[in-house]
Amino acid sequence: MEHLIIPDLDPILKRYPDPNREHLIPLLQDVQEEQGYLSKESIGVISRHLEVSPAKIYGVATFYNQFRFSPLGRYHIMVCRGTACHVKGSANVLAAICSGLKIQPGETTRDGLFSLEVVACIGACGLAPLISVNGEYHAGVTPAKIKRILNSYRKREEIHANG
Amino acid sequence: MAQININGQTFPAKADQTVLDVCEQNGIEIPTLCHIKELMPSGACRMCVVEVEGAQNLVPSCSYPATDGMVIKTHSDRALQARKTIIELLQTNHPDDCLYCVRSGSCDLQELSQDYGVRQRRFANNSPEQHLDVSSPALERDPAKCILCGKCVRVCEEVMGVSAIDFAGRGSNATVSTPFNVGLNVSSCISCGQCISVCPTGALRESSSLKPVTNALKDPEKTVVVQHAPAVSVSLAEEFGLKPGLDVNGLLVAALRRLGFKYVFDTSFSADLTIMEEASELVHRVQNNGALPMFTSCSPGWIKYMEQSHPDMLDHLSSCKSPQQMMGALIKNVFAESYSLNPKDIYSVSVMPCTAKKFEAQRPEMGDGTGPDIDSVLTTRELARLIRAHGIAFDKLKPEVADTPFGERSGAGKIFGSSGGVIEAALRTAHYLITGTELNDPNLKMLRGSEGIREAVVDVQGLPVGVAVVSGVKHAEQLIQEVRDGRKDLHFIEVMTCPGGCINGGGQPLHHDPVRVKARAAALYKIDEGAPVRVSHANPEIQELYAEYLGEPLGEKSHHLLHTHYSARETQF
Amino acid sequence: MVDHFDPAQHESADTFYPEVIHPKVAHLMPESYQTQNSFFADNPSDIDATVPTILIGAGTCGLSAGAPDTRQAVENYFADSDLKPRLIDVGCIGLCSEEPIMEVQLSGKNRLIFGKVTAKKAATILKSLEAGEVNSKHCLGQHRKSGESAWDDVPFIDEHPFFRPQTRLVLEHCGVIDPDDIDEYLKRDGYQALAKALHTVTPAELCKEVELSGLRGRGGGGFLSGKKWTFALNTPADHKYMICNADEGDPGAFMDRAVIEGDPHRLIEGLILASYGIGAETAYIYIRAEYPLAIERLKTALAQATEYGLLGDDILGSGFNLHIKIKKGAGAFVCGEETALIHSIEGKRGMPRPRPPFPAVSGLHASPSVINNVETLANIPYIVREGASAFNKYGTDTSKGTKVFALSGKISRTGLVEIAMGTPLREIIEDIGGGIPNGKQYKAVQIGGPSGGCIPTQHLDIKVDYETLKTVGAMMGSGGLVVMDEDTCMVDVATFFMDFIQRESCGKCIPCREGTRTMLGILKDITRGRKSEDGVDALDRFKGIMYMDRLAQVIKDTSLCGLGQSAPNPVLSTLRWFRDEYEAHVFDRKCPAGVCPELVTYSILDDKCNGCHACATQCPSDAILGTKKNVHHIIPENCIACGACIAVCTKQAVIKE
Repeated sequence: MEHLIIPDLDPILKRYPDPNREHLIPLLQDVQEEQGYLSKESIGVISRHLEVSPAKIYGVATFYNQFRFSPLGRYHIMVCRGTACHVKGSANVLAAICSGLKIQPGETTRDGLFSLEVVACIGACGLAPLISVNGEYHAGVTPAKIKRILNSYRKREEIHANG
Repeated sequence: MAQININGQTFPAKADQTVLDVCEQNGIEIPTLCHIKELMPSGACRMCVVEVEGAQNLVPSCSYPATDGMVIKTHSDRALQARKTIIELLQTNHPDDCLYCVRSGSCDLQELSQDYGVRQRRFANNSPEQHLDVSSPALERDPAKCILCGKCVRVCEEVMGVSAIDFAGRGSNATVSTPFNVGLNVSSCISCGQCISVCPTGALRESSSLKPVTNALKDPEKTVVVQHAPAVSVSLAEEFGLKPGLDVNGLLVAALRRLGFKYVFDTSFSADLTIMEEASELVHRVQNNGALPMFTSCSPGWIKYMEQSHPDMLDHLSSCKSPQQMMGALIKNVFAESYSLNPKDIYSVSVMPCTAKKFEAQRPEMGDGTGPDIDSVLTTRELARLIRAHGIAFDKLKPEVADTPFGERSGAGKIFGSSGGVIEAALRTAHYLITGTELNDPNLKMLRGSEGIREAVVDVQGLPVGVAVVSGVKHAEQLIQEVRDGRKDLHFIEVMTCPGGCINGGGQPLHHDPVRVKARAAALYKIDEGAPVRVSHANPEIQELYAEYLGEPLGEKSHHLLHTHYSARETQF
Repeated sequence: MVDHFDPAQHESADTFYPEVIHPKVAHLMPESYQTQNSFFADNPSDIDATVPTILIGAGTCGLSAGAPDTRQAVENYFADSDLKPRLIDVGCIGLCSEEPIMEVQLSGKNRLIFGKVTAKKAATILKSLEAGEVNSKHCLGQHRKSGESAWDDVPFIDEHPFFRPQTRLVLEHCGVIDPDDIDEYLKRDGYQALAKALHTVTPAELCKEVELSGLRGRGGGGFLSGKKWTFALNTPADHKYMICNADEGDPGAFMDRAVIEGDPHRLIEGLILASYGIGAETAYIYIRAEYPLAIERLKTALAQATEYGLLGDDILGSGFNLHIKIKKGAGAFVCGEETALIHSIEGKRGMPRPRPPFPAVSGLHASPSVINNVETLANIPYIVREGASAFNKYGTDTSKGTKVFALSGKISRTGLVEIAMGTPLREIIEDIGGGIPNGKQYKAVQIGGPSGGCIPTQHLDIKVDYETLKTVGAMMGSGGLVVMDEDTCMVDVATFFMDFIQRESCGKCIPCREGTRTMLGILKDITRGRKSEDGVDALDRFKGIMYMDRLAQVIKDTSLCGLGQSAPNPVLSTLRWFRDEYEAHVFDRKCPAGVCPELVTYSILDDKCNGCHACATQCPSDAILGTKKNVHHIIPENCIACGACIAVCTKQAVIKE
C-alpha cells in the first residue's frame, strides 16, 4: 500500500463542525478549492469527519462534474459545450485544443502546463463559442485562434519561468 | 377499503399498499429487477411498469400507491413492449456468456429474456470494457455483468450498514464501485455476501473454491476431511427443490462421503467447544474485571467490522476462534495426531453458509505457520454444485452419520446457526459453570426472534446477567455507542453479521424471502428440542476431548489451539 | 469560502435584529407601511447625478467580452482629469452582442448607452462626450426620463428594435441598477410587495393571489405556482422548506444568471414571499458553482437584506422568520429535477426518486418543500405589489405574464429577451434578434434545451406559449432559444443533445441510461463514414435505425423522471421536420450542411493554391503539409475537419465535399 499522507484539512473541517451529511458537497468543494483535486486521503479524512462511508463520498464526488481526482494543470482550460457554442462550432474548437495539446478532456498535459475540461454551459451564450483559461474568458474563439491562445499561455509561462 | 381494477377484475387494496403489492397478493406476477421487499422502492429498473388509465406514461407499480378507482392493465401490449425493450437494452452490453456463467439458471435477466421472447441482440454493444475484481478471498465482482439495479448498494448500506460500495459516475458511465475502484480486499467490505443474495445476475458471486477442492479429492496423497456448519443442513434442501426448512443432515453426510471426503465432521461439535470456552471466558471476565460486555467472535464479518471501525474496542471481543477455526485446529492437530497423519497431508474443507468464512480461513492467525488450518471453504451453493456435478441424486440418498471424534453435537451447538442461538447455548453452559446446576428451562425464547436488537436479563443465582442479541451488524453500532457512552448493565452480546444469523448467510441458496429464513430457523430450534443432549457441556465427545487432550477450558492447550487475537485494520477505504 | 450565509455567525450579529428599525426600511414597517413615507422620498432619482456616473455592464457576458479592460481604460482616461466620475458595475442589460456596454449619465441629462465599448474605444467615446457630442456609431440610445433633459438626435432605447417588442417585468432593473446596492432596489419600490404581504395578507391569501395570477413554473414544467404553494401550505409539518432552483443546467440558457447578477434583490424578495406563502422558515438557493459572479452578488444582497431586517427573525416586525442558505450545485443537469435537487442539497447523489410522494408533501428531509426556479420567483414581487390582475393582463388564456429567453446561436443580436406570452416566434427572431447574419438562411430554432424541440421555418409564426409550442413538438422549457442557419446539420444537433443527455442522465433507470446511450450509438452510426465500417457494422447501423422510433417511445414512456421522459425529443423533433437530412446521411452518406466530420473531406486544389502557407499556420492539428510558394496538401488522417483552412484561404483553394 502506498504511504498515506494525511492532508491537513482541519481549517476546512472547522467550518462544518457537526457531522451532518448536508455538509458533504460544500466540504468537497472547499477541499478541492484548497487542494485542486480530491485525493484518496482527503476523502478518507472527510469520511471520518462526517461519518459517511468513503464509498458514499466517492459516489457523490463522481456524480458531479465539478470534482476531479487528479491535480490540475497550471492552466486549466474549460471549453463550453452548451448548445449555442455547439451551433457556433465548439466541437471544432474542442478538437483543435485536443489535437493542439494531445490530451483528452479530463486529462492534464505531461508537462503539467495545461489541463482540459468540458463544461456544460458557462452561461455566456451570446458570445459563443467560449472558453475560459484559469477564469479568463475568451469569447468567439475559432480553431484558428486556439493555436494563438495556447501559445500566449506558453509564452506567459516562459516569462514566468525566466523571471 | 379502496377497490382497484386490474386487468378487468376488481381487487381490494389497503391504504399503504402499492399496485405491485395488490397484484402480488392476487396472483398477478409483475417482473422486477430492483425491488427489495423490505426496503423503500427505488424505481430504477422500470420492469414493473403498468398502464394506468388516465396517466400519460406507464407507471412503476413498485412505488405507485394503489388508490380507489384505479384502472390498471398489467400486461397490455404497451407494457409488454416496454418491458421487452428494457430487457433488450440491458442485453446491449451484457456479456452473452450464459453458458459459462455461475448464475445460468438462477439469473433474473436470463429468465426474463426467456419469458419475454428475446431472441437476438437488438442493439450493438457500445459499453466500455470493465474489469473483474478478484482481489477479495470471498467475493468476485464482475462489473460487465452488472445491470446497475442497485440492490447490492442498498443492501450494503441499508441492511448491513457497511456501505463498502456505491454507485460511481453518472449517466452511461455509471458503475457500482468501491471508492476509487480499489479492490474489495482493501475496501471496507466485510465479505458478508448479502449483496450476492440479491444480485439478479452473475455480477456478484463467491470466489469459487471448487477447483482446489476437487483437485484435493483427486489427490491420492491427501486425506480430505470436511466439516459442515449447523445452518447448512437446514438450507441445502432448497438447492434440490425440496421444501425450505427441511433438515437433510443425514443426506448431507452421505453426499459428502460419496464425493470422496474421507472424514465428515460436524461444525456443531466445535460450536459446543466454542461454548465451553466462551462461557468460561465470560465467567472469567466477570470474576476478574475483564472488559465487559463481551462480544461473540464467531461471525467473521463482524470481526472485520470491529477491526476496521472500532479498533479501540477489540478487547471486548471474545478471544475464542469461531467453530470453523476451532474445528480446523483440532483436525490439523488432535485428529492428525490420533490418526498418525502428517498435518500437511490433510486437506481440510469446510462447508459454510457464509462467504466471510473464506476470508476468515485465510487470516494469517488461522494456522500454525506451516499452512492454514482450513484449506478451502465451500458455500452451501458451491456444495450443491459439486453434488450435481458428481451426478449424485441427492434426494435418493440414504442418511448417514458423521464420523468420530468430532461428529457428535448437542442441540445447543446446532442452534448456533440462528441469531440468538449462540447466546442461548452459552447461557445454558454459563449457568452450569457458575451454579453447577442446569437452567430450569433450556429454551430462552426471549432471545429468539427477528428484531435487530433483543435484550434480556438472565438471573444466574441472584446475579443479573445482561445479554443482548444483535441480528445484522448494522444494529451493533447502536449498542457500541451505548457502551461507549457508559452503559454498564450488559455483560454479553451476541453479534451475527447477517440479519437472522447464519441461516441467512451470504453463502446460502439464493433467495430474498423472509419466509424461508423463518423456516430454516424453526428447523434448527426443532432439532434442538428433539436432541438427546441439549447443553454443550454434556456432549460426551466434548467431555472426552477435555479429559484426554485439552485439560480444561481456557487451559494452555485451549489457549494455543482455540483462541486468537485481533488487530486494528487499516482499510485503505 | 463558506456557503451558508448564516447571520448568526456574522460579526455584527447583534445588529441584525435591531430594536431600532433600520431607517432605510422604516417605511415598510407595519405602522408606517400605509403612509408610504419613504426614506427615499426626498431623493427619488436613481443615481446621484451631481457627478457624472459611468456604469459598466459587468455580468458574465460583459466580463467575457472585455468589460474589465474597458473599465481600466475608463479609469485611465480620468486619471489625469479633474473630473472624477463615479464608476459602477451593473448587471447585464440583455444585449449581449453589444457587450462590453457602457452607460454614461451626465448631470441633468438622460443616461446614454454605448455598445461594443472595447478598451480602445472607451476613450474616443468619452472624449467626444466631453465635447458635447454623442458618438453615434457606438450609441445604442438613451434611457427615457433618467435625467432632466433628453439628448437631441439620440433615439430612446425603448425604441431600439431589440427592446421595442419586449415587455420587461422580470428584467426591469437588469443592467439599470447597481446590483450591489440594496438602496437602489428600495428606491424602485423594492420590498414593497414584501411589506404588503406581511402586513396585510395571510399565507393562504398570498397563495390564492399567486394562483389567480396564473403564474406557471418557468423552469419547464409549467405547473401553476400558486397551486404548488397551496399543497405545501396545507400539508401540516414542523418544518417546511422553500427552495430556489438556480441550477440553470440547460446548455444555451442564462436567464437566471442574468437576473441574479443584475437584480438579486428581486429574487430574494420573491423567495421571502414564497417562504411566507408556504410557511417555511428556511429557504435554500441552489445555484450552479459555474456562476461565481452571481454567487458573489447574491451573498452581498443577502447580507444587505439581513442588515436591513428584511431577512432573519421577525422580518419587518411581522413575526415572520426566514433564513436563506446558499447551496452551490456541483454540476449535474439532472439536479433540475426536483427530487434530484433535494437529494443534492441533502449531500447525496442527485438521483431522482419515484413520485408520489411529491416534494410539496414530502421533500427535503422528508418535509414539505416547494421548488421554484429563479424566473418564477422573480415574478412574485410584481404580482404581489401590483395584484394578480395587473400580471395576468399579459399573455394568453392559459399562459400568463412574460417569459424571458436567452437568444443565441446564428442570430444578429444575441441576448436576454423578455416578451409577453403569446408573442409570435417570428417577432423574436426577426425583429428583436435582427434575423440571421451573413445573409444566411434561417433553418430552425431550438427551444427548451435538450428536452425541447426545434421549430422550422414553416412554423415561425406560432405564438410562444406553453400550449402552442407543444403542438409543434417543442416545449417552453427554461428559456433557451438557439437559432440555427443553413450551415447547421440537424442530425449533428440531435447527436449533440443525445450525447449531452446520456452523459447527464443520472444513470439510475434503465431506459434513460441504456436507452440514451443506445440512441447516441445509432446517431453516431448514422453520421459515420463508410471508410470505418465493416459488414457487421453496416447491419447494426440499419437495425438501429429501424428501431429508433420504438426505442424513443419506450424511453419516453418508462423513464423515471422528466429528463428521461423528454430525452428523445430532440431526435423526434429533428426527425419530424428534417427527415430529408437524416435520409441524406443514412442513404447517401452525405451531410448536406457539411458539418459531420466523417462525411466531409477537405482538400486543396493544386491549381488554385498559391502557397501562401496561411492555412498551414492556422491548422490546429498540423494536418497541412507544404512550404511557402509551393502547393499545399491536407493529410486526411490528421484532419479534424474544423474548417480553419477554408476560412483563411483567400484563393478558394480549399474545398469541402
